[in-house]
Amino acid sequence: MTTDLKKSLLLHGAVLAVLFASQFVLPAYHHGNLARVMILASYAMGYNLLFGYTGLLSLGHALFFAAGLYGMGLAMSQFDVGAGPALVCGVIAGTLVGAVIGMLALRTEGVAFMIVTLMFAQAGYLTILYFGTYTRGDEGFVIAQPDRVLLGLDLSDPTVRFFAAFTVFCIALIMCLAVVKSRFGKVLIAIRENEDRTQMLGYDVTRYKFSAVVLSASLSALAGAAYGILFGYVGASFASVQYSIFPLLWVLLGGAGTVLGPLIGTLFMFYLIDLSSGITTAYMLIAGVVLVLLTVFAPQGILGELRRRVWKWLP
Amino acid sequence: MDFGPYLMLATLEGAVTAAVLALTASGLALVFGVMRVVNVAHGEFFMLGAVLAWWVTQMLGGSAVMGFVIALCVVPVLVGCLAALTDMVILKRISYDPERTIVATIGILYIFQQVTLMTYGPDARPVAPPFNTRIALPWIDFVDGRLSLYWPWGLSITSYKLAVIASAGVILLALWLVMTRSKLGLMMRATEQDRDMALAFGIPVEKVYAFVFGLGAALAALAAVLIVPIQQAHYLMGGDPLLLSFIVVIIGGLGSLPGAVLAALLIGLSDGIISVFFSPTLAKILATLLVAFVLVFRPHGLFGVRRG
Amino acid sequence: MSALTAQGLSKHFNGLVAVEDVTFEVPPGQVRALIGPNGAGKTTLVGMLSGRIVPSSGRVTFDGDDVTNWPAHKRIASGIGYTFQITSIFPNLSVWENVALAARRALSTPASVSQVVATSLSRVGLVDRQAEDAGDLSYGHQRLLEIAMGLAQAPKLLILDEPTQGLAEGEVTAFIELIAELSGETTVLLIEHNMDVVMQVSDFVTVLEAGRVLFEGSPDEVKASAEVQSAYLGGDDAAA
Repeated sequence: MTTDLKKSLLLHGAVLAVLFASQFVLPAYHHGNLARVMILASYAMGYNLLFGYTGLLSLGHALFFAAGLYGMGLAMSQFDVGAGPALVCGVIAGTLVGAVIGMLALRTEGVAFMIVTLMFAQAGYLTILYFGTYTRGDEGFVIAQPDRVLLGLDLSDPTVRFFAAFTVFCIALIMCLAVVKSRFGKVLIAIRENEDRTQMLGYDVTRYKFSAVVLSASLSALAGAAYGILFGYVGASFASVQYSIFPLLWVLLGGAGTVLGPLIGTLFMFYLIDLSSGITTAYMLIAGVVLVLLTVFAPQGILGELRRRVWKWLP
Repeated sequence: MDFGPYLMLATLEGAVTAAVLALTASGLALVFGVMRVVNVAHGEFFMLGAVLAWWVTQMLGGSAVMGFVIALCVVPVLVGCLAALTDMVILKRISYDPERTIVATIGILYIFQQVTLMTYGPDARPVAPPFNTRIALPWIDFVDGRLSLYWPWGLSITSYKLAVIASAGVILLALWLVMTRSKLGLMMRATEQDRDMALAFGIPVEKVYAFVFGLGAALAALAAVLIVPIQQAHYLMGGDPLLLSFIVVIIGGLGSLPGAVLAALLIGLSDGIISVFFSPTLAKILATLLVAFVLVFRPHGLFGVRRG
Repeated sequence: MSALTAQGLSKHFNGLVAVEDVTFEVPPGQVRALIGPNGAGKTTLVGMLSGRIVPSSGRVTFDGDDVTNWPAHKRIASGIGYTFQITSIFPNLSVWENVALAARRALSTPASVSQVVATSLSRVGLVDRQAEDAGDLSYGHQRLLEIAMGLAQAPKLLILDEPTQGLAEGEVTAFIELIAELSGETTVLLIEHNMDVVMQVSDFVTVLEAGRVLFEGSPDEVKASAEVQSAYLGGDDAAA
């Protein structure tokens, strides 16, 4: 077991080192993209906690991402809160929304859970549009450069932004590793594998699932709030169905229930969509095709297959 | 206009919405009932129906009646075949696992929608109705202490809208007859009751599945062809019918055809009245929350699917 | 004080009677067998005792507490170990992790978990299989794994629903020895079809028929009872 732990630490350390070092070699365009990918991958990791480890397939995570984004953005635009407290507001908003949705949606299972989360997220998206006076609806609003200063650091500066994104990613990665290694995480995996059995081992399954939803929502909200503050824009499109489907797609592609899967999936899809949107406006076609191919041919995703065939120790 | 005539007009307009919704939703209900899968791409089959109707009428040119009648016959069959093919190529391979089917149909949704965007383009385009006479409607009122008939200004409907209501009724009746009276309907119902037993009795379950999936899509396409002379064809038009069909199917009792038709009438008729009081966005918020809360508080009664 | 009591337990499904007014007591440390023909309501009764099924009426007490309204997980956590009639394990997790999940709920340190897992696995003879995926084990071994999961929880009461079903003869012998070792330290409620096992391991037998208690007594009394004989001969399980 301890050699596995060493290997795992080495692997994740190496991934972080490569991400960190890449800012010195990448051209500006990809430098900015990688910062974006790291934030979105943190969102995907939050999603993975629920989908990959607990086995709960949500189709409404955009609600949590948007709760973070708008919690942060509205705190700034409506209440003139500084960058740091605004980030905290975002995370709190996401956590609260997660708690409410968790209490309601966890009364259902399987397909009904998927539809319920989809519907709640859609209601959230429409609510953002409905209160257009404050949210500026589809158009969204920009967070001005002076508001994007945290601890004296200008987050609109590309280098600082990269560091900030890297920090958020580190938090997400360490959190996921800690959860997976913990007793809590092992119970989540047990719920995914056999919920009935887990309950009959004396675990309060509902409470664990609820905690998983809340934790997943908080991490998604952190990513949402960070995204808004780092890239200076808050808009309703981040609350749309598409942003609920994306994390599912990224996690499925990279490998559900693997710690690094979300990063790999996000990186891969981000560039695939980035390249194809240069060719056509119908870039979501790629997402659709990949989604179908994954479900039919590789439900384990890239790292899932790798773990099954080569690296059994992969967390 | 007085309240009476106004209500009559709202009811008639609502009946058009209800007729189209009943067709679309019964397609979704049929697929869920027999196959126990949720088809998230159902709205895209509706959209394809409308877009293909435009394409067929454009190709043929000539008279509006001729083009429309051909579209009405050909388009549902085309869409149905496409759906059956999707079922055989994709859904069959994932063994109709409920959760994976939803993920796969989300993918299918994007594929159809985006391919339409690439070929048909982002514009909304109209199809000419085959006939469109405006019919003024009479209203009865007390004038000088006795009943009299008069024609209030603005109280009218087009002959085409009446035809939509009538044809939806005929199609639903035909569907009901097929389901209850024919051998095909028997096979579908047997598969619905118990898949393994049906298989044991020599019912080609795989073919029934492909057929049902096709039929469900064809009903959505048919509804779209009927509505496209009133609405226009657009690549994003699948979203609303999908949401409304979900509401109808969940309220009407999952997989139940009569329940779906009844719920469609209820929703379609109240649609016109609700939109008087609420903004469309607020109405949609309430509608989505309604679906969510029904599922949350009646999870087993309405969505009797257990985890795979 | 009794370890477990059922008072007037009934369960009706849509008007059908599955269990009707069942009352019995299991004293601490006893190995109690629950037998009866198929459809006698054994699994329903056990479901109500473990909290998986809500009774239509009646009460359950465990270890001095009225647990009738407790959810299943709370009953398990208070000291009831439960094995499913149809094997229920975590097929994609290792044998070791399966047992560790059972042990971990009550233990705080990884070292104590490892120790309990090791003892539990060695008691059922699965130590050398601990690294394998549980799903790769043979059916008989999966049943033994499930018993090990029950043991790892160090329960005050262990409920075993048809544990020897599908076991090979040698495995059944090993199982009988295992229960003999447990008797005295743990209360055991054993639902069993195999009469040889019942005769050898149980201290006391409750016979259920058509949802009611038909007979209670020592294994020998049960053997001698004409009532039980006819109930079984009426069913198809006489040979088992």
